[in-house]
Amino acid sequence: MKSSNTPITGVLFLILPVWILLGLISVVWADQKAVDQAPGRAMAQQAAKIAEHWNTTDHAKHEVLRQTFTSGPQVTEACISCHSEAETQFHKTIHWTWKAGKNEKGVEMGKSAYSLNNFCISANNEQDKGCLSCHPGWGTKTESTNCLVCHGSKEISWDESFEDFNSFLAESEEDPELKDLANEIQSEIQLAVQSVTLPTRKNCGSCHFYGGGGDGVKHGDLDSSMTKPNKALDVHMGVDGQNFDCVRCHTTSQHNISGRMYTTPAYTHRKSLIEDDLTSKITCESCHSSTPHQSGSKANDHTDKVACQSCHIPTFARVNPTKMSWDWSTSGKTKDGKPYKTKGAYGKEDYLSIKGNMKWEKNLKPEYFWFNGSIQSLTAADPIDPSGVVALSHPLGDRDDENSRIYPFKVHRGVQPYDKVHKTLLTPLLSGPNGYWSTLDWQVALSNGAKSLDLPFSGEFDFVKTTYVYPTTHMVAPKDNVVACSECHIRDEGRMANLAGFYMPGRDGAGLIDTLGWLVILGSLVGVSLHGIGRIFTNRNNKK
Amino acid sequence: MEGKMNNIYLYTRYERFWHWLQMALILILLTTGLEVHGVYNWLGFHTAVKVHNFTGLTWLIAFAFFVFWVFTTGEWKQYIPTTQKMIEVIRYYAYGIFRGESHPFPKQKKAKHNPLQRLVYLNLAALLLPVMMITGFLYWGYNSWLDWGIPGLSLTVVVWIHLAGAFSIFSFIIVHVYMTTTGHTIFTHTKAMISGWEDVEEGVELEDWEKAKQKSVA
Repeated sequence: MKSSNTPITGVLFLILPVWILLGLISVVWADQKAVDQAPGRAMAQQAAKIAEHWNTTDHAKHEVLRQTFTSGPQVTEACISCHSEAETQFHKTIHWTWKAGKNEKGVEMGKSAYSLNNFCISANNEQDKGCLSCHPGWGTKTESTNCLVCHGSKEISWDESFEDFNSFLAESEEDPELKDLANEIQSEIQLAVQSVTLPTRKNCGSCHFYGGGGDGVKHGDLDSSMTKPNKALDVHMGVDGQNFDCVRCHTTSQHNISGRMYTTPAYTHRKSLIEDDLTSKITCESCHSSTPHQSGSKANDHTDKVACQSCHIPTFARVNPTKMSWDWSTSGKTKDGKPYKTKGAYGKEDYLSIKGNMKWEKNLKPEYFWFNGSIQSLTAADPIDPSGVVALSHPLGDRDDENSRIYPFKVHRGVQPYDKVHKTLLTPLLSGPNGYWSTLDWQVALSNGAKSLDLPFSGEFDFVKTTYVYPTTHMVAPKDNVVACSECHIRDEGRMANLAGFYMPGRDGAGLIDTLGWLVILGSLVGVSLHGIGRIFTNRNNKK
Repeated sequence: MEGKMNNIYLYTRYERFWHWLQMALILILLTTGLEVHGVYNWLGFHTAVKVHNFTGLTWLIAFAFFVFWVFTTGEWKQYIPTTQKMIEVIRYYAYGIFRGESHPFPKQKKAKHNPLQRLVYLNLAALLLPVMMITGFLYWGYNSWLDWGIPGLSLTVVVWIHLAGAFSIFSFIIVHVYMTTTGHTIFTHTKAMISGWEDVEEGVELEDWEKAKQKSVA
């Protein structure tokens, strides 16, 4: 009777572990399959499969673009002789006005208004001419639009070319050889005028990669490495992959380009193209849907609270370094009476007499905040509390807001001047003969800066610590390089350690339950150990 | 001390299968669960969660078969709590065992659990495990709470109950595994749970309440 049972029992014990093992293997294996077959991936590939743009115009064949150009505005005239509404449209956009509308206190926002940051602080109502190198006019003039900043595919120095052409032409009556030179320059100008394109990464990048006065200063997820990124740097824009231009996602309406995320959100609805085929493509959801991962995947359960960017952009500034801090208070030092610079990590300047100390870093983990798409910004007119760190800008949103997601940010930390009497931030004029960069005199720079914005300046100033945020949304990594679950779901030093007010598995302990629980476990171990030792000793005695 | 030993068939095939299946499942759940709770890093959070979920759901389904078995076979009667002989059993483990005394409650086919075991196993099978399954299922379905009509539930509360249960089970395992060594020899009880057959002392009279419903040996 006993032996007849054993084989069956043996079979059971063999089946049992095999069964569980197979189940567990399938759980892990299904995961890899899930990544390859994610419906959001397939959907986006379908939405973006068209390879070539086509158009009905060859600009080189238009007579108006084959005339002799002697000035920038003449080029603009030629453009609007066909595109009659283009400039009117463009002059209403923020790219031209640098004004973002009034905030809730009625203060005009925008870089040509009262907005400020902790880089070059303020554009001083466009009176700081240094800032205008990024204004899409001709040179530093603000009358006529240079359409080719965004729509030209040839690199050319317009001011220099027109100046050379005009002077060679004027002198050619005396020196006929100069006539040939002038013609050569003119044909270069004409070629540049005729090389019209949809804006490419290079066009947008000519300003957006260099904001703050140099490559990668401001954003951290936008720098010259994005002109020709590979897939590893940006899975959408990679030249070895989809090769997206900026405008593939930053879709436009009457020259208004979608995607600006400051005072107002870039979008109010998260819709996919399936739900609304005319929606802007500015959200990830537009092409990938709000549940892009394979059905049943835990990642789909995260999309209501965690932005796609939080997991899919593991680090920013992955190729070029970005500026992480700027301390204006140390500026003004001289060597032998002259301003100087020193270089630090990555060959980047870490001290300049005209700017102070700065820190450059690479391959950075973002900081994470609840974000509903709006950034609250201080203006030069707002009172501050200089006793702590002043948030020049910070993301709005909280966990209970259904439009908020946990979103990655670059936080730039600054030390900058403020008015000790009025308790406001100050806006030094930097470039030009009276600017700080020429004089290294704060009093002059600060009072001229205040005048440019019609703001008061008491004459007494000190420096205050500030923070300024940039949403991290470019440099989306390939699927194999996403942030692992355990980088957030971990007890110590997780990426989301600073986000409070909710229970997060793996990160949060359970306080009293943990303490009591481990005490019970310890008690059990001690108890059975003592009991066992007691048995061993008494057993010996009993045998004696 | 030693009386005559009888070799009796104590645990049926399904019962043994269930015991060891449950052991494996609990072991997997405990190790992955502690990892999900951030106690250590072993499989990685992602894998630990997936394995924990799979195992938990497997257990939930398997438990339905156990419930069916325990009621259709009448084995539930083995779990009816009693205070009779309780004092003797406690006295035995606290004192008698060190004196080499016999267990006051030898196992019988009709009554394989002593009063202490009855109490512990009843609490385990009828209270602790169902609470773990319910809180575990809720935890697993966190994102569906709105659809399930329970938006007011707090994840923290669910987690705390689930954790308290986990610690209780952990403590049970420690004591339970230790107790298997207190049989006639160290491995007597373990062998019995593998083969079904156990050496028990002969000749101890059982009272009626100690007997489960008589059933035939397979």
